[in-house]
Amino acid sequence: MARDSPSAHAARGGTHRALGLTDHELELIVAQLRREPNDVELAMLSLMWSEHCAYKHSRKLLRRLPTAGPHVLLGPGENAGAVDVGDGLAVAFKVESHNHPSAVEPFQGAATGVGGILRDVFAVGARPIAVLDSLRFGEPESPRSRYLLERVVAGIGHYGNSIGVPTVGGEIYFESSYERNCLVNAMCLGLAPRARLIRSAAAGPGNVLVLLGALTGRDGIGGASVLASAELGEADAAKRPSVQIGDPFTEKKLLECCLELLNCELLISLQDLGAAGLTSAASEMASKGEVGLDIDTSRVPLREPGMEPFEIMVSESQERMLCVVAPERLGRVLDVCERWETLATPIGSVTTSRRLRVLNAGTVAGDLPVGVLVDGCPLYDLIAAAPQFPLYAPPEPALAGSESPAQVLLALLRSANICSRRPVFEQYDWIVQSRTVRRPEESDAAVLALPNGSAIAVAIDGNGRRVACDPRAGAAEAVYECAANLACVGAEPLGLTNCLNFGNPEKPHVAWQLIEAVEGIAHACEALGVAVVGGNVSLYNEGPGGPIFPTPVIGMVGKLPEATRAGRLGFAREGDAIALVGSFEPSLTGSELAKLRGRPAAGALPSVTAKAVRDAHKAVRIAVRTEALRNAHDVSEGGLVVALAECCVAGRIGARVTLPEQLEPFGEAPGRAFVVSGSEEALAGWPIIGRVGGSELEIDGLLKVAVTVLREAIERGLDSSPCRPLLGLEGSARQ
Amino acid sequence: MRFGVVRFPGSCDDIDAVQAAERVGEAVLLGHRERDLHDVDAVIVPGGFSYGDYLRAGAIARFAPVMDAVGQFASDGGLVLGICNGFQVLCEAGLLPGALLPNVSLRFVCRHVSLEVVDAGSAFTSACATRERLSIPVKHTTGRYYSPAPVRVLLRYAAGENPNGSQDDIAGVCNEEGNVFGLMPHPEHAVDPLTGSSDGLRIFESIRASVADASPAVRAR
Repeated sequence: MARDSPSAHAARGGTHRALGLTDHELELIVAQLRREPNDVELAMLSLMWSEHCAYKHSRKLLRRLPTAGPHVLLGPGENAGAVDVGDGLAVAFKVESHNHPSAVEPFQGAATGVGGILRDVFAVGARPIAVLDSLRFGEPESPRSRYLLERVVAGIGHYGNSIGVPTVGGEIYFESSYERNCLVNAMCLGLAPRARLIRSAAAGPGNVLVLLGALTGRDGIGGASVLASAELGEADAAKRPSVQIGDPFTEKKLLECCLELLNCELLISLQDLGAAGLTSAASEMASKGEVGLDIDTSRVPLREPGMEPFEIMVSESQERMLCVVAPERLGRVLDVCERWETLATPIGSVTTSRRLRVLNAGTVAGDLPVGVLVDGCPLYDLIAAAPQFPLYAPPEPALAGSESPAQVLLALLRSANICSRRPVFEQYDWIVQSRTVRRPEESDAAVLALPNGSAIAVAIDGNGRRVACDPRAGAAEAVYECAANLACVGAEPLGLTNCLNFGNPEKPHVAWQLIEAVEGIAHACEALGVAVVGGNVSLYNEGPGGPIFPTPVIGMVGKLPEATRAGRLGFAREGDAIALVGSFEPSLTGSELAKLRGRPAAGALPSVTAKAVRDAHKAVRIAVRTEALRNAHDVSEGGLVVALAECCVAGRIGARVTLPEQLEPFGEAPGRAFVVSGSEEALAGWPIIGRVGGSELEIDGLLKVAVTVLREAIERGLDSSPCRPLLGLEGSARQ
Repeated sequence: MRFGVVRFPGSCDDIDAVQAAERVGEAVLLGHRERDLHDVDAVIVPGGFSYGDYLRAGAIARFAPVMDAVGQFASDGGLVLGICNGFQVLCEAGLLPGALLPNVSLRFVCRHVSLEVVDAGSAFTSACATRERLSIPVKHTTGRYYSPAPVRVLLRYAAGENPNGSQDDIAGVCNEEGNVFGLMPHPEHAVDPLTGSSDGLRIFESIRASVADASPAVRAR
């Protein structure tokens, strides 16, 4: 083994810096090892000590999030979190980013983002039953944004559709701050008998370490460090070899194979291979199990000959899992894998050494204490300062300010952030597995039926512009809005996952955004009594033009007792009364209309009272469950008038409404208020603001527009933008 | 009666097909390496991406051992239903005429479409009325039916509903003998109003009725 003198690393030409480690971090490594690492060890440490794997700028902060709750079965730290949904069943879920790979190669970046999050979920023993996506691009007028949108959507569809997991929901925002650095966050939910949930801790010295799935190649080497933990720049095209290639067919077989292995109780632990490949998977398994692992790289099946041990240890080739098997069960494990045509190779064993040893046909290529790999990385305190200057340039105004209210409404409905996502979601299979009770645009949350007649609901949300205005309040709003979406279908929150997408945390104003946003999420979770069961942090999301909008994405899972009573968003019956539920004092700050008018993302957001939010959510949830309501829709982007228009379009029926006095028609205060309809008796106690009926949306003293015109505006939104030749219009490909 | 649902590696709608078939009878999975169909009364080749479909859709699956048995079953007059990828496989296997080409949009499309029953006289549509409308979802990238020769059409996309550019709005065709039927829409995903529609049940009910008519023994099961 190479044993350099302590001063030798200067002479190595700063390899560690090219791998993303600072000089100080290398000194710490040398101090902890009491020697210089060799090249294999340095490659492994550079990945394990990267932001992506070590969370070195966020781990302290994340301790602020509440993680305990009555429904929680698996919390943060496992491959995915899980909550109890009753009847002996658990739902596992997690959201994760694949931002930088998607910015560099959108199709494979997005596809492998889906593949990775699916593996996280079946790694805990759950069958993936739904995928949702949260996407951010630059303005749709930009050719680069249209290209990214097109290819990201195709990549998500390619993976999710081919593997037979429905994509049931999601959200997309277009803002110029994402122009260079798009966001692709994928969330997956899985269903498992509680007893089948499995952890990743390796155990039992002498047990066999088996690598399952695809061959190991040179793809994705350094993905976690050079790609995911650094800002994007001009030379990104050269990083394409760091993006992995997805193979959903191999993953489909791997998924079925793993679930059968778990059903037969043949595995002691299971872990997916994601960022940092074998290095990370093995280190995590050894760390959690307080054991050591020996891995022989010469036994790892390779896609190409001549790979070095360090390449094998850090390869991010997709569709691989690592499991621990008792020697006497190895034969049965290999049999099951053969039946699923899934490669299974014993590559090592569990030891008592608490070291990760990398062997290469008998010689020791690397030998590191697990503690140094997993817990040795320094955790940094963020140096935060509120920005003293505007971070984000104001958008180009699309409206002059002289338009009539009807023109404003139509402009909002056509705007890229509000219009129909049908051209996108029609490219996803949302029906496979026969559980989807509510698909996109039928309700505010997706609803999936469970075998016992109950259902789970899921929503994903995060409006970066509002977080840019006020990180603490904006992040809390994302939590409230998710919970409001669940209330609209009658579901009570059980837990949430989050993906924190921010800029470079070493810059004080980004650090401030991050700290404030985490505080806001924690507040909202405490207010609603919802625990965070897992998540992901994606930092360094900035390009030459500066950081992205701070974008915490919240994915929330809830439960409703009867699938048949899941709420809908469209008005349903002529003559029904319409009520506005909730304490609602919206303003134009951070609103979609403010954006169309060219206002910057700045200013204080409307205040919020936790109790009022909780009470409104509960009232709507109960009324939906008892079928007292014929529709429920939360008031979010575009404010009350846009919400009313959406209810009309979804139900293909008009409404006549008188707005409460002093209410800003297009003002926003998401997560706090609902438009509901039903009989007058059913709405007793709530302020009645109008009636369902006719073929127009008429708002007294403000506007009157035919529902067909509203529908045309909403449906042509993405199509009539310059996306039109790119998104889903039959015939366009012939031109 | 008992349905056999073929499962290739990469099949996605196999369990959905089993559950749909179980609404009218029994159903078992048939592995891709099987050479014996275990005395099933009808075979379903389900949707998905058999063997990944990285080559032309269905082009690999037609060589699976189980397809020899399915071919023999069909030539003996057994009822074979191919849904989506199954339709593609049956065309590749020569059990149905024509071919499925990439959608005109070149994109995957998932959508509930309205179908018109063109011919209610078949073993697969006898529970429908001719010109009846069925609401059944499609989801595919390669669903544009093309045949240079005339074919027996059982289902068409209703006017304005063709999602893929299929020739003459063809959604489903059967062979000359009338015992092999392929369609791009997914009847197994339209068997419960809770998930959108129950119109697809008619196809399964038709098969059950046809099998029962053909075999008193089955009726007794």
